[in-house]
Amino acid sequence: MGLLFHIGRYFAFMASALRRPQKGHVFAQATAVELEAIGVQSLGIVALLSVFMGAVIAIQTAHQVVGWVPAYTIGFTVRQTMILEFAPTIIPVILSGKVGSNIASQIGTMQVTEQIDALEVMGVRSISHLVLPKLIAAVFIFPFLVIVAMVLGIGAGAWICMAADLSSLADYEYGIQMDFRSFDVTYALIKTCLFALIITSVSAYHGYHTSGGAKEVGRSSTKAVVYSVVIVMVANLVITQLLLT
Amino acid sequence: MIQVRGVDKAFGEKAVLHGIDAKFDAGQVNFIIGRSGSGKSVLTKCIVGLLEVDAGTIQYAGEDFTGLTPKEREGIRLQIGMLFQGGALFDSMTVLENVVFPLRMFSSMGTEERTERAMECLKRVELEGAEHRFPAEISGGMQKRVALARAIVGRPRYLFCDEPNSGLDPQTAIVIDNLIRDLTQEYKTTTVVISHDMNSVIEIGDNIHFLHKGSVAWRGDRKGILDSGVKELDTFVYASDLMRNIKAKLQGR
Repeated sequence: MGLLFHIGRYFAFMASALRRPQKGHVFAQATAVELEAIGVQSLGIVALLSVFMGAVIAIQTAHQVVGWVPAYTIGFTVRQTMILEFAPTIIPVILSGKVGSNIASQIGTMQVTEQIDALEVMGVRSISHLVLPKLIAAVFIFPFLVIVAMVLGIGAGAWICMAADLSSLADYEYGIQMDFRSFDVTYALIKTCLFALIITSVSAYHGYHTSGGAKEVGRSSTKAVVYSVVIVMVANLVITQLLLT
Repeated sequence: MIQVRGVDKAFGEKAVLHGIDAKFDAGQVNFIIGRSGSGKSVLTKCIVGLLEVDAGTIQYAGEDFTGLTPKEREGIRLQIGMLFQGGALFDSMTVLENVVFPLRMFSSMGTEERTERAMECLKRVELEGAEHRFPAEISGGMQKRVALARAIVGRPRYLFCDEPNSGLDPQTAIVIDNLIRDLTQEYKTTTVVISHDMNSVIEIGDNIHFLHKGSVAWRGDRKGILDSGVKELDTFVYASDLMRNIKAKLQGR
């Protein structure tokens, strides 16, 4: 019963969030602010994680396959892991901790300090005003972050192969080009957009329905991350089954 | 004028308001007073549309607000200004941006005109010079004045003030009270103040509604409140030593 209630309320929330903005220039400015907050401010952590993950995947692959399979397998494995799973799934999961908790606590604080009531009394449609810029910004900027993660991860794999003498650059290059299917990138970007939508909307939903004080804001923030991650994982399974089989 | 007729509101099994009738006149400071938990805030939230009533009607200048769709209500909402208990300022915006915000959303004014109007309101609440500061950088009394400036920037016909003096020192409270009274007279607004501050009631209350256990137990003016003959109101009014001393002095004369 509780689950059905939340599902119904979530879709009603999304219907309100996706209404046409009341004032175009206010919406455009808010979206620009969110692009900076969600995208630019996440670039550092995305870059850092991708570089280390790309390098680690290269080392682990070399450790397991050297001697009995060709060295180009390292490049192939790094590419496939970065494009299919690490960049489009793990990066959004990490961002749900950063961006999702931020959205939930920001909107939750606005709720408990009556800022949302103030918007409503003024005649502002608070859900659309607060949530739509975040949704648009996330759906637009997450794929960009994921592409950055793919490039840096694959690049870091190449660097570690040469630095640690795991394989030659030519083998690595051959590996990352071998049997390349551009649909893998399309699949990765499709699911990234879906995950961006899930993370921002679920976090905003939990923030918006906060009541009480600081403790409840913290609780909403935690719920936002936990539910976002669980839903992303389920959606990952479903979309992978639909698109790759 | 705002007319409330037969309003009921319950949360689950718990009835908070029952059969509320009230009239708030234009150009007057109308008070809703009562003890904590008497239903003041719930009644106010019903009047401004933040909560839906279970029964009864709320009319703004004869138009039934309760019967309107959310879209239809927007027209009336644009005529409402509200000062919230905690100020409810947008903490990511400066003082000036807070005051300008309703104009950005709903007026056709240009940037210069909006800023000019906002500065006029900030000057009216004696806050020139604070326009580039953030809410967290100013005192509670200043935050209340910014919230008041934001509430009046759109020249509302209806002004609601929820506990405008809570958490303020007596001197600042008097400043806020005087501002509310002066703005009501200046803009001819229908002002509704929710409070349990008897000083404010005595100072600026024109039309007072006393709520007790979700019903209007008494209504009248500030002269009548000191000698209402209603037991619950007397208990509320003379709860402090100061008010009891005033009563004793008045009776001694």
